[in-house]
Amino acid sequence: MASITLDHIAHAYPGPPGAPKHYALKQIDHLWQQGRAYALLGPSGCGKTTLLNIISGLVIPSEGRLLFDNTDVTRLPTERRNIAQVFQFPVIYDTMTVAENLAFPLKNRGMERNAIKRRVEEIADLLDLRPDLGRRARGLTADAKQKISLGRGLVRSDVSAVLFDEPLTVIDPALKWELRSKLKAVHQALDLLMIYVTHDQVEALTFADEVVVMKDGAVLQIGTPAELFESPAHSFVGYFIGSPGMNFLPVTIDGARAHADGAVFDLDARYAPPGAGQKVELGFRPDYATISRQGPVAVRVDRIEDLGRRTLARFTLAGKEAVATLVPGSGLAPGDDAALTIAPGHAHVFIDDLRTEGSPA
Amino acid sequence: MMDKPWNNRAWLFVVPVLIIVLFSSLLPMMTVVNYSVQDTMGQNNFFWNGVAWFQNLLDPTTDMGGRFANALVRNLIFSLVILCLEVPLGIAVALCIPKHGWRVGASLVLIALPLLIPWEVVGTIWQIFARQDIGLFGAALNAIGLHYNDTQDPTSAWATIVIMDVWHWTGMIALLSYAGLKAIPDAFYQAARIDGASRWSIFRNIELPKLQKVLVIAVLLRFMESFMIYTEPSVVTGGGPGEATSFISLDLVKIALGQVDLGNAAALSIVYYLITLTICYVFFTIMTQLDQRKGV
Repeated sequence: MASITLDHIAHAYPGPPGAPKHYALKQIDHLWQQGRAYALLGPSGCGKTTLLNIISGLVIPSEGRLLFDNTDVTRLPTERRNIAQVFQFPVIYDTMTVAENLAFPLKNRGMERNAIKRRVEEIADLLDLRPDLGRRARGLTADAKQKISLGRGLVRSDVSAVLFDEPLTVIDPALKWELRSKLKAVHQALDLLMIYVTHDQVEALTFADEVVVMKDGAVLQIGTPAELFESPAHSFVGYFIGSPGMNFLPVTIDGARAHADGAVFDLDARYAPPGAGQKVELGFRPDYATISRQGPVAVRVDRIEDLGRRTLARFTLAGKEAVATLVPGSGLAPGDDAALTIAPGHAHVFIDDLRTEGSPA
Repeated sequence: MMDKPWNNRAWLFVVPVLIIVLFSSLLPMMTVVNYSVQDTMGQNNFFWNGVAWFQNLLDPTTDMGGRFANALVRNLIFSLVILCLEVPLGIAVALCIPKHGWRVGASLVLIALPLLIPWEVVGTIWQIFARQDIGLFGAALNAIGLHYNDTQDPTSAWATIVIMDVWHWTGMIALLSYAGLKAIPDAFYQAARIDGASRWSIFRNIELPKLQKVLVIAVLLRFMESFMIYTEPSVVTGGGPGEATSFISLDLVKIALGQVDLGNAAALSIVYYLITLTICYVFFTIMTQLDQRKGV
């Protein structure tokens, strides 16, 4: 058990000599704390797997140091790092029984036979694998196999961290919830540092204490699910987290007001005038914006989407399509004139994609 | 279900294949069956002979039966020996093929080269290669003091044929195994590293089980081909010295074309064919059933 320090880690694959380096992972400086669960969230190719591979030792970063507690492990091979990894699809040893699969990492490390047996049974109980211990691992279902993969990681009591590389990809949707709650339970029971790579925000937000949102090799924001939702640091985070994502309107800022093509939004704070040529946007979540008959900003409803639990109204403002929650019972239909209200404190100003705080008005 | 259109025109599409199969294998085979139950006194007059040829063939006390039994034993030993050599060697070669870069292509081409050479040419190459006067192999062995003579000494003849077959066909097993190895996802190797598995353990617990299906096919192909081997030994040793390398196929050609003993040759062909078929069928069934039973 340990905490992991990423000390100015960056990784560039060697390109043609002379050409500027292409960073698969831009510099990141962060501390993963023992006992917490982290999710690396981002679209395909954002560098999350590279980061995971750096931690597991499959990739050696071109810059920076990686510390497990206070030991520099940057150049240590995988097998000497004491990490466990669960892959996208189940990795099991076909010819072995479930018990032999679970015992394999311990056997390789020369542990005494009775101790192995005790530990295997402990882990099997934790993962509900006890009834399957004597069976061939090969004939089991994908989720049971994935539990074996996980169990092989957990069976060593000295693991520093458990890494998950999109582990629920091949699992049936119905079983995903079950397995995810199993992961949570394991996390609580074993007090391990867990790092979970995914492109599914629901998975990331339900699993993790803290989510690392990445894009194009850069870390955009590290925060709790609530922080990412309430105050995204980057417009991509606003757009990527939440369903539907955040709305963005091109605006001009004038003190505590934002102007969008004739519409005027009152902001909660005063903003310094942005520099020339900077992209200024107003961001608000559909969850904190309502469409009704009365309100400060006039819009026309384009479409209405009934999601059951709530109803969304789509409209066009300042040439951009946006979406907000339709107030129940407003009786609005597509084509009607309506008004948009953004809840206080939930209109954010993004300058060149970065969220900017104003000074109190 | 009742109003399902019942249209037999689809059979028309199968007709060309049936015709080809008819002329390429069914008719020739029926001719052989025909010969195997008849005898002739010449002048193209045939008369019914029942199963006498088969009785003769399968009774090792008769001249014909003895010849056949000896050849069959030689064939089985040969197939067993080359399988025992080629399969492990092929896997070993496959494991050594580089994983990336230009070396991959270069190795694959080099490994495939012997496979591209016609059987007769392989035989000729080795016939010359093994000669004690001008052959590199034969002359070199004698130069270092080994008594090697593939035309006089049965051991030398066998060694030559076996080494030639290994040289010719190990590449095929290597290529098949390489394809099988390439199909193993990287995650398995990564997981094994994390689990602290040794190289041998990776081979035993990941690579070999994943290669199983490919190897069943490889063993089948090699068994069939080696059990029917004809061209190479007929060029290199001609079945000699004495009868030492007279495999069934060589004997068959001697009986059918040399002695024009059609009845014996036809019965031998059929028995030979049935043995190959049975061994392959039994082997394949056992392997696939083992495979399924393990899954439970």
